[in-house]
Amino acid sequence: MRGDRGVPVRLQFRKVGRVRFISHRDVARAFERAFRIEQLPVAFTEGFAPRPRISFGLALATGYESEAEYLDVELTEDVDPRDLAERLSDALPEGMDVLGLGHLEARAVSLQQAVTSASYRIRGVSLGDDARDPSTVRTWAKAWVQNTLQADALPVAVQRKGREVIDDLRPAIRHLSMAGSPNEIVEEGVTLQLDVSTQPKNIRPTDVLGTLGHGARVASITRTAQWIERDGSRLTPLEADTRLRAQVGAR
Amino acid sequence: MQRPRHDAERVSWLLVYPDSYEVGLPNQGLQILYEILNERPDALAERAYAPWLDMEAQLRGHDLSLFSLENHLPAGAFDVLGFNLAAELTYTNVLNCIDLARVPVRASERGPDHPLVLAGGHCAYNPEPMADFVDAFAIGDGEELAGEITEVVARWKATGRRHREEVLHEMATVPGVYVPSMYDVAYDGPLQSLTPRYADVPRVVDKRTVADLTDWPYPKNQLVPLVEVVHDRLNVEIFRGCTRGCRFCQAGMITRPVRERPYQQVRTMVEEGLARTGYDDVSLTSLSSADFSGVDGLVADLVNEQSGCGNVSLSLPSLRVDAFTVGIASEIQKVRRTGLTFAPEAGTWRMRQVINKLITEEDLYAAADAAFAAGWRRIKLYFLTGLPTEMDEDTAGIAELARNVVDIGQQYTRKAHSKKIGCTASVGGFVPKPHTPFQWFGQNAVAELGRKIGLLRSALRGSRAELRWHDPEATFVEGIASRGDRRIGAVIERVWRKGATFQEWSEHFSLGLWMDAMAAEGLDPDWYVTRHREEGEPLPWDHISAGLHRDFLWLDWQAALAEHGLPDCRWTPCYDCGVCTDYALEHVVASPTPPAGGSQGTGQDLERGADVPVAVLPTRGSRP
Repeated sequence: MRGDRGVPVRLQFRKVGRVRFISHRDVARAFERAFRIEQLPVAFTEGFAPRPRISFGLALATGYESEAEYLDVELTEDVDPRDLAERLSDALPEGMDVLGLGHLEARAVSLQQAVTSASYRIRGVSLGDDARDPSTVRTWAKAWVQNTLQADALPVAVQRKGREVIDDLRPAIRHLSMAGSPNEIVEEGVTLQLDVSTQPKNIRPTDVLGTLGHGARVASITRTAQWIERDGSRLTPLEADTRLRAQVGAR
Repeated sequence: MQRPRHDAERVSWLLVYPDSYEVGLPNQGLQILYEILNERPDALAERAYAPWLDMEAQLRGHDLSLFSLENHLPAGAFDVLGFNLAAELTYTNVLNCIDLARVPVRASERGPDHPLVLAGGHCAYNPEPMADFVDAFAIGDGEELAGEITEVVARWKATGRRHREEVLHEMATVPGVYVPSMYDVAYDGPLQSLTPRYADVPRVVDKRTVADLTDWPYPKNQLVPLVEVVHDRLNVEIFRGCTRGCRFCQAGMITRPVRERPYQQVRTMVEEGLARTGYDDVSLTSLSSADFSGVDGLVADLVNEQSGCGNVSLSLPSLRVDAFTVGIASEIQKVRRTGLTFAPEAGTWRMRQVINKLITEEDLYAAADAAFAAGWRRIKLYFLTGLPTEMDEDTAGIAELARNVVDIGQQYTRKAHSKKIGCTASVGGFVPKPHTPFQWFGQNAVAELGRKIGLLRSALRGSRAELRWHDPEATFVEGIASRGDRRIGAVIERVWRKGATFQEWSEHFSLGLWMDAMAAEGLDPDWYVTRHREEGEPLPWDHISAGLHRDFLWLDWQAALAEHGLPDCRWTPCYDCGVCTDYALEHVVASPTPPAGGSQGTGQDLERGADVPVAVLPTRGSRP
């Protein structure tokens, strides 16, 4: 997003509920339609088949929810941020809302390049039918967290470009912990907090969770934040590169 | 999507398209009924689609029933299950959905607590193969019929849903509804008799026809899928019916007469539809869109009026080759281009006279030239193979047409654009359909269709024209169901019980299962499919009427064999096919001006002979 002409805007949106089952491409198309429904002044590429100037950040795996998805869009004229956020949220499918937006700094780096890590909340981690007793589950999960953090390496077979590759995931794990107090007994399974690097490779939580072992179950995965780490600090993509921001309450 | 609230006062419909969501969602008929029912105070409608195999395994594995998409309610909780029968190869999916709904597959085994199972759509014009499984068929346009059926069901609910026989009997007295259980059927080889069991049940069920589409501007709120589906664009129906009289085409024959939407209403539906959906791609749909009166002006207006919607792409599917003028090409060219498809259907002029698709080669080449000149790079041509009186030189003609179209296109490659020129010939096996002049014709056997495809493959090897074809085995099974009688029901059930769903999908289709089932029932497939019928033979669909006189169809069949073509009856003399005269209907057109000069490039004389019942709609807006 060059920002030489037009008004580049970055916005944050959520994807929760039933809509978590649509793909990243489906999300892109939903936004294109929303821009059209609201007749928002989006800039288009030139040439044979003009496309709207919208660029997305890191794709979210289908099936995950998120409170922190981002896209950059170039408008041809300035629109009041709050108005833009509300109108877009109206036109987006149920479960998708704009949570915040701001004017993108000139020469801001693209989301794909700028984002360095992401945070996830993983709920309902359990052993399924193998162990129903909550304290057993909690003990097992706690042990897994400790082993993972203490390991020198974590080789996992992942699918990359259709081929199976062995990756060492350990360096990519920035943070892993169990949420909730140590003595809390939870029926549905435990909640984990996981932060992973997104560069040089975008590591998926399911790859990390694969080491939980056969029979383990996970109820939901939600991306809670994306981070741009720069000069020793960790900022959200809106904090890092936008000004004149608006935060919108969830609907 | 609507999320209707259920209550005892409203008749609840579960509208089911018996194929995957990707295929079923865009179906206009279902969307129209969905809106109409939800607007009524005495009804509500939700939807379901055939769950894919993996989802079905989960449903059965977890002992869950088919459920509605909107509110996730079990199918069995609805008063009515309404199936759209658009293609015969979906029949096993229909049975599977009924079973997943926890309703007995056989109508005779259902009790008062089970939903009523209804079906409509083009296949309902020969309902007999599905007669054992469907409680009542709705024949023809559903807009008014859905309301009348709702009222019958409402009365049944109000009196405590007593015996099904009573409600089904009452339904059989609603014009346009065929209730199989209200008839006794006997066979002796062909159909021997089909007699009503009550005096007030009609011997012949006449289709329902909406006289004026103006009263039904649906869908007003087209459903926008979040995932990818076929026909993923705004679809606006510009007219219903067709008067070209192509002899192979069941849709054209059974949807007569023509009822065009008023010009201004089309424009409004397009504008409002784009504004509501956010689509940037709109398709003006009908059986032959370029025949819409005043189509040039309509396309020009729509293309020129962008009104803040950005770049909108316009497509006219079902283009008649002879009506595709340079004018239309250049108008659609102004916006982003969609693909271009023509349907010559047959390879030689002689063959096209037999099927009454009166397009000359000059028409086709002129249209191709106009398209390439306007910047299109790929053209698709639809053909049928296995047509009556077809000879190998007709088959060769298909290859020649395709090659010549590519040659025409190649003149344009050296200019400006460097993208590859291409033509795809898409060939389907011909299945004779009920209520058409070809309903007496014996279909080509699998081997014969295969042989003709082989000829085409050789003829097109090494050329720039691509060939695609439909599996002749699937065509054969379609033939069994298309002109089947009630005895085929047992065959469908056997195939379904073997787990053969999604037969429209090549990865799941299996000829063997169907042939085994036919053998197990002691039925001869060739008797149903490849046999020629004689004039006097009773046909299994004789009790369903599309308004076409049997004499007209037989005479048209003879005319076909004599290679005699008949021009479009919308603008030229009436052939008394029966529809307009019997139903006191008229062709309804939006403009008195026939499109493209009227003769459609076929050389017809426009002089009007007999009285042609044509009504011109009052004009609103700026254009006549």
